[in-house]
Amino acid sequence: MEYFFELLFSGLTRGSIYALIALGYTMVYGIIGLINFAHGEMYMIGAFTALIVSSVLTIYGLPLPAILVLTALAAAVWAGAYGFTVERLAYRPLRNAPRLAPLISAIGMSIFLQNYVLLAQTPDFVPFPTLIPEFAFLEPYGGIVGSSDLVILAVSTLVMAALTLLIKYTRIGKAMRATAQDQKMALLVGINVDRIISLTFVVGSALAAIGGLLIASHIGQINFAIGFLAGIKAFTAAVLGGIGSIPGAVLGSFVLGLTEAFATGYVSSDYEDVFAFSLLVLILIFRPAGLLGKAAVEKV
Amino acid sequence: MQPLLTVNDLTMDFGGIRAVDRVDLRLRPGEIVALIGPNGAGKTTLFNCLTGLHRPTGGDLVLAPPGRPQRNLNGLPPHRITAAGLARTFQNIRLFPHMTVLENVMVGRHCRTTSKVFGAIFRPEATVREERETVGMSLALLERIGLAEQADEWAANLPYGAQRRLEIARALATEPLLLLLDEPAAGMNPQETQELDALITSLRDDGLAILLIEHDMKLVMRLSDHIVVMDYGRKIAEGTPEEIRRHPAVIRAYLGEEEYGA
Amino acid sequence: MTPAPEKTAMPTGKDIRQALLTGFWFMFLTFPLLVIKVHPIEQTVTWRWANMLWVGGLSAAVALACRLVAAHRAAGGERRRQEPDRAIAAPSQAFFLTPSRLVPLLAAVGLFFLVFPLLFSTYQVNIMTTALMYVVLGLGLNIVVGFAGLLDLGYVAFYAVGAYTYGLLHLHFGLGFWTALPIGGLLGALFGVLLGFPVLRLRGDYLAIVTLGFGEIIRLVLENWGDFSQGPSGIANIARPGLFGIEMSLETSLVYQYYLTIAMALLTIFVVNRLRNSRIGRAWFALREDDIACQAMGINKTAIKLTAFALGATWAAMAGVLFAAKTTFINPASFTFLESAIILCIVVLGGMGSIVGVVAAALILMLLPEYLRAVAEYRMLVFGAVLVLMMIVQPQGLIPRVRRTYTGSH
Repeated sequence: MEYFFELLFSGLTRGSIYALIALGYTMVYGIIGLINFAHGEMYMIGAFTALIVSSVLTIYGLPLPAILVLTALAAAVWAGAYGFTVERLAYRPLRNAPRLAPLISAIGMSIFLQNYVLLAQTPDFVPFPTLIPEFAFLEPYGGIVGSSDLVILAVSTLVMAALTLLIKYTRIGKAMRATAQDQKMALLVGINVDRIISLTFVVGSALAAIGGLLIASHIGQINFAIGFLAGIKAFTAAVLGGIGSIPGAVLGSFVLGLTEAFATGYVSSDYEDVFAFSLLVLILIFRPAGLLGKAAVEKV
Repeated sequence: MQPLLTVNDLTMDFGGIRAVDRVDLRLRPGEIVALIGPNGAGKTTLFNCLTGLHRPTGGDLVLAPPGRPQRNLNGLPPHRITAAGLARTFQNIRLFPHMTVLENVMVGRHCRTTSKVFGAIFRPEATVREERETVGMSLALLERIGLAEQADEWAANLPYGAQRRLEIARALATEPLLLLLDEPAAGMNPQETQELDALITSLRDDGLAILLIEHDMKLVMRLSDHIVVMDYGRKIAEGTPEEIRRHPAVIRAYLGEEEYGA
Repeated sequence: MTPAPEKTAMPTGKDIRQALLTGFWFMFLTFPLLVIKVHPIEQTVTWRWANMLWVGGLSAAVALACRLVAAHRAAGGERRRQEPDRAIAAPSQAFFLTPSRLVPLLAAVGLFFLVFPLLFSTYQVNIMTTALMYVVLGLGLNIVVGFAGLLDLGYVAFYAVGAYTYGLLHLHFGLGFWTALPIGGLLGALFGVLLGFPVLRLRGDYLAIVTLGFGEIIRLVLENWGDFSQGPSGIANIARPGLFGIEMSLETSLVYQYYLTIAMALLTIFVVNRLRNSRIGRAWFALREDDIACQAMGINKTAIKLTAFALGATWAAMAGVLFAAKTTFINPASFTFLESAIILCIVVLGGMGSIVGVVAAALILMLLPEYLRAVAEYRMLVFGAVLVLMMIVQPQGLIPRVRRTYTGSH
């Protein structure tokens, strides 16, 4: 039973990380219909920025709470800036190009960013500092749930709640939803569509960066290539829930995280990634609309 | 004469919306039937059902080629329907822009030719002959629509009216019994429309059955043997141009309250 | 935006302001990653301020250049915009297309490749062999991506199928290269059809992701199913290609392989060219251009897609057999997604659908990093940038597809 709960928490932790990344995929897809292949790199860049900033601050001897806040802020700001820049450089010029052109451009961006970090920082795995302190009250349950699990769950819930509020109740959120539904119409009613698209990339990237920061301090090491697998898995989650749908992305992420945790815990851990890829392939083939999505009808 | 195409009770639903509602249609060889109606009446959807792009919710499509057994076209995929003898053009031109004008027409020969990968690689005598025939026939078709000069031009570089004609040539290359034209005169100037008129007439004289969606009423009235009027997915009237001109339901639904003049 | 564009390319004050802004933006953007370098173990930080200046200066310069080019285009480009596709048949290309120029050019290129092993060291020959293998891979993928317009991101899986076919057949049954080559090709085709079937109904971008998934699954299975594939340690001591049982020194064998790969590349060029100018080839192009019109022309979309997948996979698998024979050692690490991306990059750079372009791009992308050590380090960075830039600046590739003429009037 204890094992079950351990797996449950591990699944929830994974799920909430996937959700933070999957939200970016789904928001971008919802608004411009692009599979942002470089989105996983935002997560990686977020993790690296967090590593750099927190190390510098530690060396300069700041107190832990300040380090935590500043690190999270820096990761979100810079990943957001990268998201903004990538959209401007690699996707915006291709907005009216054939469908595959932006996808190829996104793949190129992904490879570019990975190798940029490899060259600018290091090809090796780097140890990530433990930012999250061990909570004393969790000690008796140490085998089941760690403090970082708890922090990850709490932070991602908070972030997702904030996002929901943003999208549901603010002017910006309304503009985003309008743009996602009909870009031309949104333009006609005076929404600055370009700015909304940029903003979507910024928000999505910042969320992924928070995910990157959390998972990096949970696992304890990162390298330039972590974005690829995480990106694919989060994309799987987004498609599982129905790409374009925000609740779908969250639901899909938890379903994926939990199934992964239980499958590796009870069946075998050798094929952990095969499992995610197979799931991706199967959903796209048999239910491309996902759990909560609507099937698109092509206009002739 | 026996109808070439018989459509019975054709119905198409999208979710809860009925785009085509129990439409009947008969077409004889050498006959031009026009399909008219306001935008959104379901004309193009009907075309899509006839050509297999949509699978109709209900109804029957029967093709009876002269001298051959009749066959049911229900639920066939688009390429089988084209092979059976229905060819079409598209309302919003769908050429292959980065292929040459001639290549566009040659693609139309696909379902009447047979060479496979083996033939492509080893080019046996049969393939060489087939290719030569394909080029010959396609050039002849371009000749007929007056685009032979531009045969090696990229299709995307043709002016609008020529692109519409090229779509017709491409459809003709499939050797259809029935040609479905979706607004062939849209965007054409009077000169081009006149040429189109002559082309369609000459195709009819060759024995082709033609189903035409068109908003240019002058053209419709001049060409059609029979007119079918659709509104809200239903057939609201049909008859000769003369009858349609006077049909009260048509005047009300389609031409508005004003009488059709000019 | 700018009122009355000037004829001369003089930067306006606005251009300079924008360029400076871009420069500052990139200095900010790259600040943590390019400037700060922490050494977590020693707890020290290195500040690389020079990088910041470089980034700022370069990005400002590039931004300025882009703005000037754009302004220049706006001044003289009205006419060009009306006929966007004229650019497809670039004049430089027409220059080489007349037979009197084409024949000597081809002869010179042919002669160069023929005498290459005599002039250069074994090391160079080996590099050229590798580059030629990528010619084969690029042309194979060109069938799927360039001709049929199906973005296959798992192409490397078929390469792996070929390599492991030879590796395993050699390991278990002692079969030689020449037996494995056709078997590998057939198995590749089979896998192409098997993987092609499920993705038939999928839209372009979903198809890309599913093929990526398939590619990764095959690699992960090879990695984890040790009983079958010997896992990450791979298969070693695979025999080099034989020639009627003649014993060859290593050096001779490498030269032999070079000629073999040349033959393979020539065969590929021949076949792919014939396929392109055929009924099947036209159907692929039609599918790529407009899949609905393609079906309306009586083309069986399913059949034509499967044919593309199968043929593309056949070439990848045969290249895989060749690869196993060349390196004599294979393991799953050679068949990552990055490999697929490299091959895609070759096709995109060369020009989707263009044979000459893909051949040239394969040679450039494979040889340049070998001979310019400075480039080698930045190889993958450049590949990524190439994919982005080509899509934006020149989607039809460096050497676009030649227009086939039939009437002789052009």
